[in-house]
Amino acid sequence: MALSREQVAMRVAQELQDGYYVNLGIGIPTLVANYVPKGMEVMLQSENGLLGMGPYPTEDEIDADMINAGKETVTAIKGAAIFNSAESFAMIRGGHVDLTVLGAFEVDQNGNIASWMIPGKLVKGMGGAMDLVAGAQNIVVTMTHADKYGNSKLLTDCTLPLTGVGCVKKIVTDLAVLEVRNGAFHLLERAPGISVEEIQQKTAGKLVIEGNVPEMTFN
Amino acid sequence: MAGFNKVVHSYEDAMAGLQDGMTVIAGGFGLCGIPEGLIAQIKKMKTKDLTVVSNNCGVDGFGLGILLEDKQIKKMIASYVGENALFEKQLLNGELEVELTPQGTLAEKMRAGGAGIPAFFTATGYGTPVAEGKETREIKGRNYVLEESITGDFAIVRAWKADRYGNLMFRHTSMNFNPMAATAGKITVAEVEEIVEPGELEPSQIHTPGIYVQRVIKGNFEKRIERRMVRQG
Repeated sequence: MALSREQVAMRVAQELQDGYYVNLGIGIPTLVANYVPKGMEVMLQSENGLLGMGPYPTEDEIDADMINAGKETVTAIKGAAIFNSAESFAMIRGGHVDLTVLGAFEVDQNGNIASWMIPGKLVKGMGGAMDLVAGAQNIVVTMTHADKYGNSKLLTDCTLPLTGVGCVKKIVTDLAVLEVRNGAFHLLERAPGISVEEIQQKTAGKLVIEGNVPEMTFN
Repeated sequence: MAGFNKVVHSYEDAMAGLQDGMTVIAGGFGLCGIPEGLIAQIKKMKTKDLTVVSNNCGVDGFGLGILLEDKQIKKMIASYVGENALFEKQLLNGELEVELTPQGTLAEKMRAGGAGIPAFFTATGYGTPVAEGKETREIKGRNYVLEESITGDFAIVRAWKADRYGNLMFRHTSMNFNPMAATAGKITVAEVEEIVEPGELEPSQIHTPGIYVQRVIKGNFEKRIERRMVRQG
């Protein structure tokens, strides 16, 4: 069965490592914070200027001056740092953030990503996404493998205006975990009960399948 | 000592000299850390044809969004403008021009503008619509886009504490774009929560040195919350 949003987040959380600085985008990526493995310490970076983002505040803790990049009220953990937007993007663009997780409309086999603009629809803006994809050492994209009409979102070439070029390394969809390298999607894992054939059928770009593809495991 | 007394006592004085067609850089991220009273004063002055540079354009009825009501903004330079029905309407009508700019590039454009750097190369936006019409260059095997810096006729910022020298400290994440905006205005006006005596701000803890700030006014802030999220305590 295809993974739920929570399961996608749980699988992405397996990419975390102790001591990582991580930026989580809006949507499924935000959920990853709920599944940080026990005993592991990661620092969440919020691009409005917070390193060490904590959970939502209690009613008593709410402070209009403490928000995250999604403009939600938030708290800071002990050991957090707060700084201005140029400093925040210096961390991002300087390659100091270990892992960025973000959503996308499309990804292609050369690691290009389109996530901010659908021509003909109102364009709201890219926010920090272009900086994040250009700067991160390691980018994981979360998205559904196909759209609601069954059209693949893993393409030979992105059709929508790009957010970044050649930057996506790994993709976690509701059906599979894939690595992007050498101009192809490499199938690493499949969702429990999902066949390689179904993944192949829903992947429009070049898909490399080597040996037995294991099912994802969840602790 | 009047030369270093930057405190003004009315919003009229705070925004004196603002004229039609000027560029105004505004600090803030969403509704967090915005100079509410200075924005209200611009609305009151009915200044037209403004170019406004800010990460966002407020919401309907609050923040920079109120400047849309009388069509005072001609051009908006921002990274994200999704929170505003009036903005959308004016954009689709062609009454408003928007230049969408990646958030880090926007921060750096202000920082560079304030620091006398006319342009900089960045990897952000290479190969995307943002790079169209801009010079690109390969440096050490990677491709970069040349982005020009931004300065404003005015910069309006919100700070927590100030002294009469214009030294500023910001509170929590309301800092955001405010320090960069403060450096990039020909006239920088800081609307602050508290004005303290010189010496009360620890010199090494000052976020924005007073040299960047021309006017300081004590404001009263509603501090509206855009997305109120709570966990059970």
